[in-house]
Amino acid sequence: MSKVAVMGKEGFWSRNRKSNGYLLKKTARSFFLKIARALLLFGMCFLILQPIFNKISLSFMAEEDLYNAMVIAIPEHFTTDNYLMANRFMDYTHTLFNTLAVSLSIAVLQIGVCTIVGYGFARFEFPFKKFWFACVMLLIVIPPQTISTSLHLNFRFFDIFGIFKLLTGNSLNLRNSMLPYYLMSAGCMGLKNGLYIYMIRQFFRNIPKEMEEAAYVDGCGTLRTFFQIMLPDAKPILTSCFLFSFVWQWTDGFYSKMFLGNITLLSVQLQQISEKLNYYLEHTLHQAGGASTGYIQCIVSTGTLMVIVPLLILYLFAQKGFVESLSSTGIKM
Amino acid sequence: MKKKKKYTGLQRRKAIAGYLFILPFVIGFLVFMIQPLFQSLYMSFSKVELGAGSVKMIFDGLSNYIRAFTVDTEFNRLLTEEIGRMSYNALAIMVFSFFVALILNQKFKGRAFVRAIFFLPVILSSGVILGVETNNSLLSDVSSLIKESTGNTSISGVIETILETSGVGGMAFEIVFEIVNGIYDVALASGIQIIIFLSGLQTISTSMYEAAEIDGCTKWESLWKITFPMISPLLIVNWIYTIVDFCMRSDNEVIEKISETMIVDLNYGFASSMAWIYFVIVIAIIGISSLIISKGVYYYE
Repeated sequence: MSKVAVMGKEGFWSRNRKSNGYLLKKTARSFFLKIARALLLFGMCFLILQPIFNKISLSFMAEEDLYNAMVIAIPEHFTTDNYLMANRFMDYTHTLFNTLAVSLSIAVLQIGVCTIVGYGFARFEFPFKKFWFACVMLLIVIPPQTISTSLHLNFRFFDIFGIFKLLTGNSLNLRNSMLPYYLMSAGCMGLKNGLYIYMIRQFFRNIPKEMEEAAYVDGCGTLRTFFQIMLPDAKPILTSCFLFSFVWQWTDGFYSKMFLGNITLLSVQLQQISEKLNYYLEHTLHQAGGASTGYIQCIVSTGTLMVIVPLLILYLFAQKGFVESLSSTGIKM
Repeated sequence: MKKKKKYTGLQRRKAIAGYLFILPFVIGFLVFMIQPLFQSLYMSFSKVELGAGSVKMIFDGLSNYIRAFTVDTEFNRLLTEEIGRMSYNALAIMVFSFFVALILNQKFKGRAFVRAIFFLPVILSSGVILGVETNNSLLSDVSSLIKESTGNTSISGVIETILETSGVGGMAFEIVFEIVNGIYDVALASGIQIIIFLSGLQTISTSMYEAAEIDGCTKWESLWKITFPMISPLLIVNWIYTIVDFCMRSDNEVIEKISETMIVDLNYGFASSMAWIYFVIVIAIIGISSLIISKGVYYYE
């Protein structure tokens, strides 16, 4: 910096001559690198955003536009019928509130429990700690599909040590209620919960021990230390995990399909939208052959857009919570 | 409770408090993971019959496994295909996310905006949306239409034909082409990995780079001598995450087959035997590969 300040009075070319052409080479190189980087980044950003743009333009097209080779991005017959259609098939407002309630409650429950567990792993010494933590790692690695078969049966014929069978003569069928998934969430077995425990533990481990000791010396109990000293510090990582949990629950198809059968959720509705469209066209409008591929895709795109728009709005406002706080955590092995 | 000599007084109290804190996990793990895990293992060795109010499991030996490997026409093919796809896609994702993290760690105008876009896939490519995305046949129809009308002038297509006609092509090139054509999938799958690499890059102190620069180190050298060793512990984290993420994606064909067998055919025994084969293979891959990577990891304290 100081070099530039001293030589700043001279012209660029005289400085270049003094350095035997090094300055010119360096400036040119950094300039080209900048251009290359900008092009590369623009290309990759376009790559990621293009499907969204594509969906937006598709969603406003009338059916004849889809097969018109001249129409690529801007619809010729601008229409909002697709939204009305998708709304009808997904029962949008009702489903939206359902999804919102489920995602929100599950995310709160999961992150609450994961915080407690993560704190336990980070700040306490107890026998078999390594073993239990290995179990957390195992939890991250085991695909839930491995146990889905037996979970399926377990909740179909749910019973705690045969108590219900003794009382009512029959086991409970919890397959079509929310209870199993809430129970699983309370036991840290929900979607990607191992990952949340891992991240939260990583954060709590980095808090200096002196903080805790000072609290103990001042007469703070274990619980009070946790709630009043540690939790306020952990806000960024908790928001981060909460947002992830919320978003992943929102789009999750596996657990939703398995446990939340009778509650209409956006993710499940979205998967069924093309079938519903076909059914509607065949049986209500009596169109032979159902919907054309293009039209199905058009409605599916519209539906997808309607599912992700709330998430995009959330991301717009909470982008910092998603990214910055997570990258400042310092995840380590 | 077994009382150890090591844990007395305050230590013992803290140990108990620690167990109370992780209690939800312990209970959940035992009830919703270990128990179903063993049950599904047992199921995979038996014939499951669904009755009106109960399940009957008849021990059937290895027949489900034999069926998966020898009788079933799809399973072997799907398994090898998925694992092949996983291995080169995971490599591509690692390289891509490292590269992007390096760029995003530099200072330039609009960095926050670009970062925001790169993490968008974390939201957009999760769960069912990915599955809906992949069978979006209209998009492929449109692109093939464009290809036809422009006379096959996509850059990768031209290079592909040049290399094929000149005779240097082969398996290796095919994989490269597949990755290049699937760069969209790679970009979509690498959101979290970029965040993890970025977090590692931000912990490297700038004084290291300054010292290296004063000693005459070029940027390229400091990339390999400082940056790479410093974030090498994150390589394992990312590698495992990538593989696990790939295995659990809803558009994974093996997973699709398993859930179809379970939900549509109601053949629980066969489904769980396939799930177990898949699970064991994935665990083996993760274990072996992270053992190899961990040999080269450098821990800086």
